[in-house]
Amino acid sequence: MPPTPHWIEPHPSGIYVRPADAWIDPSFPRERALVTHGHADHARGGHGHVWATRETLAIMALRYGTAEGTAVGLGETIRLGGVDIRYIPAGHVLGSAQILLEHAGERVIVTGDYKRRPDPTCAPFEVTPCDIFVTEATFGLPVFRHPDTGSEMDRLLGALHANPDRCVLVGAYALGKAQRIICELRARGHHDPIYIHGALERMCALYADFGIEMGDLRPATGIDAKEMRGAIVISPPSALNDRWSRRLPDPITAMASGWMRVRQRARQKNVELPLIISDHADWDELTSTILEVAPSETWVTHGRDDALVHWCAMRQMRAKALALVGREDEEDEDEG
Amino acid sequence: MRQFSQLLDGLVYTRSRNGKLDLIADYMRTAPDPDRGWTLAALTGNLDLKAVKASAIGDMIRERVDPVLFEMSRDYVGDLAETVALLWPKSEDQPAEIDDGSLTVGAIVERLSSVSRAGAPAALAAMMDHLDASGRFALLKLATGGLRVGISARLAKTGLAQAFGLDVDEVEEVWHALTPPYAALFDWAEGRGDRPDPAGTPFFRPFMLAHPLEDGTVDLADYAAEWKWDGIRVQIVGTGKDTRLYSRAGDDITGSFPEIADAFSGHAVLDGELLVKGEVQGAEAHGGSAASFNALQQRLGRKTVSAKMLGDYPAFVRLYDILLDGEEDLRALGWAERRAQLEAFMTSLDPARFDISSIIDAPDFEALGDIRAGARDAAIEGVMLKRRDSPYVAGRRTGLWYKWKRDPLTADCVMMYAQRGHGKRSSFYSDYTFGCWNAEGELLPVGKAYSGFTDEELKWLDRFVRTNTVKTFGPVREVEKTLVLEVAFDSIHQSKRHKSGLAMRFPRISRIRRDKPAAEADVIETLERMIS
Repeated sequence: MPPTPHWIEPHPSGIYVRPADAWIDPSFPRERALVTHGHADHARGGHGHVWATRETLAIMALRYGTAEGTAVGLGETIRLGGVDIRYIPAGHVLGSAQILLEHAGERVIVTGDYKRRPDPTCAPFEVTPCDIFVTEATFGLPVFRHPDTGSEMDRLLGALHANPDRCVLVGAYALGKAQRIICELRARGHHDPIYIHGALERMCALYADFGIEMGDLRPATGIDAKEMRGAIVISPPSALNDRWSRRLPDPITAMASGWMRVRQRARQKNVELPLIISDHADWDELTSTILEVAPSETWVTHGRDDALVHWCAMRQMRAKALALVGREDEEDEDEG
Repeated sequence: MRQFSQLLDGLVYTRSRNGKLDLIADYMRTAPDPDRGWTLAALTGNLDLKAVKASAIGDMIRERVDPVLFEMSRDYVGDLAETVALLWPKSEDQPAEIDDGSLTVGAIVERLSSVSRAGAPAALAAMMDHLDASGRFALLKLATGGLRVGISARLAKTGLAQAFGLDVDEVEEVWHALTPPYAALFDWAEGRGDRPDPAGTPFFRPFMLAHPLEDGTVDLADYAAEWKWDGIRVQIVGTGKDTRLYSRAGDDITGSFPEIADAFSGHAVLDGELLVKGEVQGAEAHGGSAASFNALQQRLGRKTVSAKMLGDYPAFVRLYDILLDGEEDLRALGWAERRAQLEAFMTSLDPARFDISSIIDAPDFEALGDIRAGARDAAIEGVMLKRRDSPYVAGRRTGLWYKWKRDPLTADCVMMYAQRGHGKRSSFYSDYTFGCWNAEGELLPVGKAYSGFTDEELKWLDRFVRTNTVKTFGPVREVEKTLVLEVAFDSIHQSKRHKSGLAMRFPRISRIRRDKPAAEADVIETLERMIS
């Protein structure tokens, strides 16, 4: 390990890149912020200046109003205070990036959130060798093994076709998961109108602006319930068991999330049709990614960090947990 | 196997009772024999594969998965079988999540019934490799019994009845003449065979149950009043040659109480309350002495009973009702007529093991209320009100029988420890240990509760635990001793279970007293005075 103080400093509120005087995904407003992707636990409002992909900046503008920002293209390198900073696709959601930092002959990657499965709405994760690999561990337990996305989509369409008088209400996170589900449905030849909760409308429009084609989307509010029979309705998870869903025609409650792997978690949400579709790497992908990247040291930012650190230790690989605050809370299942 | 694992998944996720019944009925109509028979046995708790213990599952997984990762996973998931099903590492040459269709429920049961206890882990492991996560979960649940998919034996039988257009009570009547995998039952249900004949075999008849008397009153001209005894409801079924004891769910508990079966040689079906003899309480006032439920608990759930147990905690049955006298079915008669028959039948019974539940003599409802309030016997839970002309009908029928429980006792206690719940609450800290102050100002645990709060309150309590943890011991969190919980309980007894020497019966959280400082919670001495 290089002598301390190291030029990359993990703090509970984010990762500080000293020579660039910039924070990665800080949870408090900072003068200079490097942001991996648009989810609220990584991209907060109120920063002085933000470096992020064009898509992420657009998402932040949508959520927090305008912010001073510099767009960095995927694959593009910028230089801040003697640090070369490159944004690399993370495969998590539209615009998501890993951030590669090079300084003093050392390479550090901060993954933000990532996945390895194909996603029609974003560029796939790129494996990049580095010295320090700062990874997430949302699903960092060996019980989390996401099945093939296709088989989950088949179950969704199967339930839809078996119940022509009902609708299937799919709970999906408003940024990323919802649009991915819609695109997966379209790719399977489902071209019927899909009804969406009001909270998804602006994000879907933003995706469309970036060229993600999602077909016929209609608001689920202000229309006759009968019209939604036999249709798919998508809402944020919080609306699943909310009064909002009472307007729907006898909905089958589905939820698309990696958490659905554990049946009691599905039951807690009163989910009848759990769909294990995640925007995060599962256990096998977290561990195989570490082996592929082959860093000399792994830092785990958030999630079930203890298991992943233990796994590294068993293989004589250096690892430590950073325990960043403000990342997805254990009970907050929305983004999975 | 896939059909069975899909059924279990469906039962786990389906909310409505009718939805569950449809799933069971569909399965029973379409699954092949003998699979559906074994499934029915599993759903009704009649499948006992003795060779497979939960420890076999633990042994099997520890050979394959790092123990630390396994424990972390189990702590997160909560349920052992589900943890193992999810993290099962398949052999490298197998596709990841496929049920290859090579296993049937029948073949699994056959294999696991012939395997030795030592051979069980290897036999299970060999099967695990052929299944997907749902299949592995179903296999482990099947192998260890106790499916815990939120349905009762009664619901399973109702689903079966629905599948073939039978009356569920008819299924209950023939049920105990059957053994898994129930070929005779399916033959009858599908019109290939005669109705299985339960005559000559002891079998369980569904109990008649009572509704709670909420705020209403009844006219004692129409209703008779009896004490509601706090033991376990039992049905004694004697055929003259054989005598069996059944619990409320229809489980055969004869083995736990051999002295009762031995003392009964009659030919009848009786309904009563199983109690343990007490020394002092209430003998004269309420008709026969019974010890508290705490004493009875010493006898529950034992497969063999030692002579010491029989001597220290002698059991007897306080009779409420008679369903059959010989082969004569009395259930259609009114309660008063059955009561007269029961009184006549009593004379043939050993008074050391059987007595009759006495009728409370009260001039009117108000006077009955006073008598109920004055009852101090630990084994009295309240009062039963039975319509004098009510037939004996299975289940809870409105207007016939009411239970009128005593008001609970309450104490203000301080939360000390919390643990995650099981099942639906596996991510919530929902089991709380709470204590009261002793004379030295020390907080001593007096009980543990995991119910009584609303879903909203549970979320709040869970948050409290997470933000006020001072220490963790494995799955247990010790919390700041600042939160006062008002705990309601039916009675309190001396016990070695807690350091305070006290144990509560049916403790539940009745209120969260955020307003009350912990120092003002109750003292042990106050609770000791509540011992009845």
